[in-house]
This record gives sequence, structure tokens and C-alpha cells, in this order.
Amino acid sequence: MSCEKFSGTLIAYLDGRASAGERRDVEAHLKTCAACRERAEEFRRLWQAMDEAPAIEPSLGFDARLRQRLAAEPQRKSWAWLLPAPRLSLAVALLAILTLWVSNRQPVVEPVQGSEAQFRMIKDLGVLENYDVLKNFEPLSDLPAAQEIHDQSQPQQDDDTGSGTSN
Amino acid sequence: MARTDVQLMLDVKAGNELSFEVLLQKYRLPLVNFLCRMVRDQATAEDLAQEVFLRVYRARKEYTPSAKFTTWLFRIATNLALNSIRDGKHQQMQISIDAREEDETPLEVPAREKLAEDRLIERERNEMIRQAVYSLPEEQRVAVVLHKYHDMDYSEIGKILGCSESALKSLLFRAYEALRVQLALLVAKPAAHPAGEGRGI
Repeated sequence: MSCEKFSGTLIAYLDGRASAGERRDVEAHLKTCAACRERAEEFRRLWQAMDEAPAIEPSLGFDARLRQRLAAEPQRKSWAWLLPAPRLSLAVALLAILTLWVSNRQPVVEPVQGSEAQFRMIKDLGVLENYDVLKNFEPLSDLPAAQEIHDQSQPQQDDDTGSGTSN
Repeated sequence: MARTDVQLMLDVKAGNELSFEVLLQKYRLPLVNFLCRMVRDQATAEDLAQEVFLRVYRARKEYTPSAKFTTWLFRIATNLALNSIRDGKHQQMQISIDAREEDETPLEVPAREKLAEDRLIERERNEMIRQAVYSLPEEQRVAVVLHKYHDMDYSEIGKILGCSESALKSLLFRAYEALRVQLALLVAKPAAHPAGEGRGI
């Protein structure tokens, strides 16, 4: 093992986290390299010196200040789960408003004319049926049409009128 | 059986405030120590530690246990510390923790002259170490503090710093090498420095 490769595993060897293979390699290198042996010893002494550093206790007011800050944190409302997302909530609210608005609108008044025409047609349905029967009744087809009778009778009326005016 | 940190955090998510109190009591000391070693000034470190807890509390409803709780906690703390250092707003008002301790504990006690001298030496040594750690580049400092004072494994530190384990080992080696050179007076003469047992926080 070279000194360079040794440096990559020295820390793990010293803190006891090296694998068995790494340990063997490091120990073999330490037997042959005085400089690395000295470095390893100095690392051990450095760690011992660092271990002597006392723990730092938090100041007396630490817990009180922290509790004060925690108490100032806004609490979630119990119904907050109903509002999974602000956009969704807004969409639901708008939909509800739209539904209310539509349902409260005045019903559109149908034109009276249409319903009266329908009513008259239903009322005259019997007459219309009779009209259809009469219209398609073959013996009656030989008779002059009503228009023709009207046309024929018109000159007489005109004559009567003319005579009347001349008088 | 004690509940794990993740279980406690899930309790907090469900609305159990007592579980948050348990987490707070468990991590207030490690967080303050970590942040003191990062930003040096204790008042700033305490402010940042409180901000970490507030962020955890604010994020409770969205918490998902995708990583170890400590990884999440110290990632927040690391980001806040690095931002604070980079902002530089606290660097002008560095209040020495030791200066505060000196104010609180008088050293001139004639009957205990030797003890006072020992304490003074110990204090100087600790201050040298703190200054050396504090002079490390930011990422090296995070790596050293989490490795040495919080006993975190490589994978967790790697996740906090966003680097691979091999990159972290290399980072740690460079950091300890810098400390070894800087603290040569402390580490080169073993007879003058009695070995301490156990790890600090």
C-alpha cells in the first residue's frame, strides 16, 4: 500500500470503521512506513485532545425562548383539511355561486301566442278530423269546390250591388 | 420500549405535542453544540438551533420518514449554519464563549493556585482546538464536527453534505491533516498532553 492510498483509509482505520481487509492493509503499511506511523499517532493524540473539549450548555433562557417562539406559530384549524388547495376551493366557491344565481333567476315566460294556438288546435281536433274525412271522401270530389261556388256566386252579388248603386 | 425518533416525529405529525417536547429535550444540547462549533458565537448558535426546531415543527404535517431523523435534523442545521456563515452577518459580533466563562468563574484563588493554573492551561488548549476547527473550510468543518463530536457514520454525514462516502473520507483526511499541522504543539508532544477518555458532544 502506498502512502497516498493509506491516507484514504487511515481515518476509517483509526475510528474503527475500516473493513477487515482495509485494516490488514493499513497495519501492513504502518509496519514499513515510519512517517505514516508517526502521522497516525499524531491523529490519535489530536482526537484525544478534541475529546477533552467540554460540551456547551444552552443558556438558561434557551428553552423559554424556544417555547415562546413555538407558541407564536400559527396553529392549523381543525377544518383546514377541507381546504386541500386554494385554487380548488376558489373553483368550488365560484361553482356554488353560479349554481345559486342560475337557480334564482326568473323562469322564462313562454310566448302566449304559441300555447293559445296549440290550445285551439286541440280544441278543434274533432272538426279537423272530420275535415280530413270529408276532404278525402271520393263521392264529394265530383262536387264543385267551395272556391268555385264562391266565384260563381260573386258576379251575381256584383250585379246586385251594381243595380243597387245605379239605383 | 422507547419510541424511535421517527416514531416520535410521526406522533408529532398526528398532533402529539408531547412527542415534540421529547425530541426537543433529546436534541437541544447536540444541536447547540454543533452550531456553536460552526458559527462560534453562542447567541447566534442558539438562535439557529431554535430556528431548526421551528422548521421541524412547521414541517411536521408534511413529514415522511424517508431518512434518519438525525440526518434530516442536522441537514437543516448545516444549511442554516452555512447560510449564516456566508451571510457574514454574525461574524462581526463574535462573543467568545470562553470570555463569558472567564467572567463567570474567577481564576484568582490563592489557595488553589495549581488548580487555577491547570484550568487555565486546559482552557487555552480548548480554545486552540476551537479556533483550529473554526478555521477549517466550511464543509471540512461540518464533516469534522459531525464525525468527531456527534459520532455519525460516513453514510449519514455524506447525506448531510451531499457527497459520496469516498469523497467524505478524503474530505475528513484533509481536515484532520490541517488540524494536525495547525495544532502541532498539542499533538507532537504526548508527554505534555494527558489523554482524555470518551467523546464529548
